[in-house]
Amino acid sequence: MTQSKPLPPVDAQSRAYWAACNEGRLLVQRCEACSQIQHYHRVLCTQCGHDRLIDVPVSGAGTVRSFTIIRRAVSSAFEADVPYVVALIELQEGPTIMSNIINTPLEQIAINKPVMLTFEQRSETIAIPQFQIVETSR
Amino acid sequence: MGLRGSTAIIGIAETAVGKVPDRSATTLCVDAALAAVRDAGLKLSDVDGLVTCNSMAQPHMYHAEAVAEYLGIRPRYCATAAAGGGATLTVLYQAALAIDAGICDTVVISMADSLRTGLSREQAMIMQSSSGHAQYETPYGATVPGYYALIAQAYLHAYGASPEHFAAVAVSGRQHACLNPAAEMRKPITIDDVLASRLIADPLRLLDCSLVSDGGAAVVLTRADRARHSPHAPVYLLGAGEGRGHEHISQAASLIHSSARQSGERAFLTAGLKPADVDFAQVYDCFTPVVLIEMEDLGLCGKGEAGDFFLRGDGAPGGRLPINTHGGLLSHCHPGNPGSMFAVAESVRQIRRGAGERQVKDAEVGLVHAQGGILSSHCTVILGSEKTL
Repeated sequence: MTQSKPLPPVDAQSRAYWAACNEGRLLVQRCEACSQIQHYHRVLCTQCGHDRLIDVPVSGAGTVRSFTIIRRAVSSAFEADVPYVVALIELQEGPTIMSNIINTPLEQIAINKPVMLTFEQRSETIAIPQFQIVETSR
Repeated sequence: MGLRGSTAIIGIAETAVGKVPDRSATTLCVDAALAAVRDAGLKLSDVDGLVTCNSMAQPHMYHAEAVAEYLGIRPRYCATAAAGGGATLTVLYQAALAIDAGICDTVVISMADSLRTGLSREQAMIMQSSSGHAQYETPYGATVPGYYALIAQAYLHAYGASPEHFAAVAVSGRQHACLNPAAEMRKPITIDDVLASRLIADPLRLLDCSLVSDGGAAVVLTRADRARHSPHAPVYLLGAGEGRGHEHISQAASLIHSSARQSGERAFLTAGLKPADVDFAQVYDCFTPVVLIEMEDLGLCGKGEAGDFFLRGDGAPGGRLPINTHGGLLSHCHPGNPGSMFAVAESVRQIRRGAGERQVKDAEVGLVHAQGGILSSHCTVILGSEKTL
């Protein structure tokens, strides 16, 4: 039996984040006191400790900070995707997010390449943020 | 008086490693503990402290307490390392502090697991996926090699390094393992062999990845004044330090600078030593690029220079600074959480001058470094002979 891909165990603090994803928006938190922008959703600012954090949608633009091509799937749920790309994406707004790079030929993927946000609908209530390489004009 | 020289390791032991299907994980832990006590010339009744790590194959809610019950001892000090990597060394350091504080006199630290034959393939895969953040990482399907590959790729990019630099770490470790009758992998390999092994998570190949093993190792740590009557020359704990950055790799401030820098600096400071004083080092080698970053952050090489260090053979047997003299996690064995206990036992053996064919000449000071998570939590320990006190 093939298992299904993991869904995030949504909690009280991440509910807004995942609800926004399901509407096609990726949220980060901005600290009202020091303006730091952070990913993932927390009850405090990791820079100044302030507890007033505002949800801000990102532009969706970012760059590849690092990536790998997984040749041996983590579980049977991912076997059909092999080879698939796991990447660290540096969002234009600053924070890094882990994601996959999808809909992109493997040879086009490199560190510092620009990427754009997209979503993968994984269940009725969960959409996973994903990225694809933006082909720059030659 | 502080940590420096206040405790010493007087007993060491290792079980068979590799595939050991006839011993459960708990039994391996007990076997290692008993053998280490014997090596120290003590009886179980002399032991008043016990530290273990939990087992993935045979977990206990209170692991050290379960092993104490099995052994029939009632230690005053009992602790279980929750994880492997850096935590393995952290408990050694904490046991030293417990002895220094007068809580106990003689602690057995025994760790074992059977990841090779004690876990089903599916359990092993689940174990792999549990190392990521459940909400922000696990949904993307990375494996443990995959998380480390993100570091490897960043290293190649930052320094213009090549996969040969990673391969050289594996070759060096194997050269040591070939001289160690207890090592799991004893067939010599070349850089070409590493580069021809299959890709697991680019740029990491099979031979860039550590082993999955059964096995256990133990040490006996006691107060320095008690150590002098031991059958073997005591090996003193000279310094220790810890450093932490992130837990999940997607939260790492840097992919190529680690908290080994802080753990190393703190360990050298307590030991009153500097990197140039080290005669050999056991540097956590779960994946080859990790060794390069740690070597650099510990000050054993300049940043971006550790790959050339290994290509020149400087870390190999007889090299300028032998690294992972037992063969490390890449070639000796890697039963998960207990991994670094073998590095501690090997360091003691080297300083005792009992390492046979792979004996490092004039081994007086040894450094052991471990990290856990994904280049997250680091601990460095410095050991030395009586001469270094």
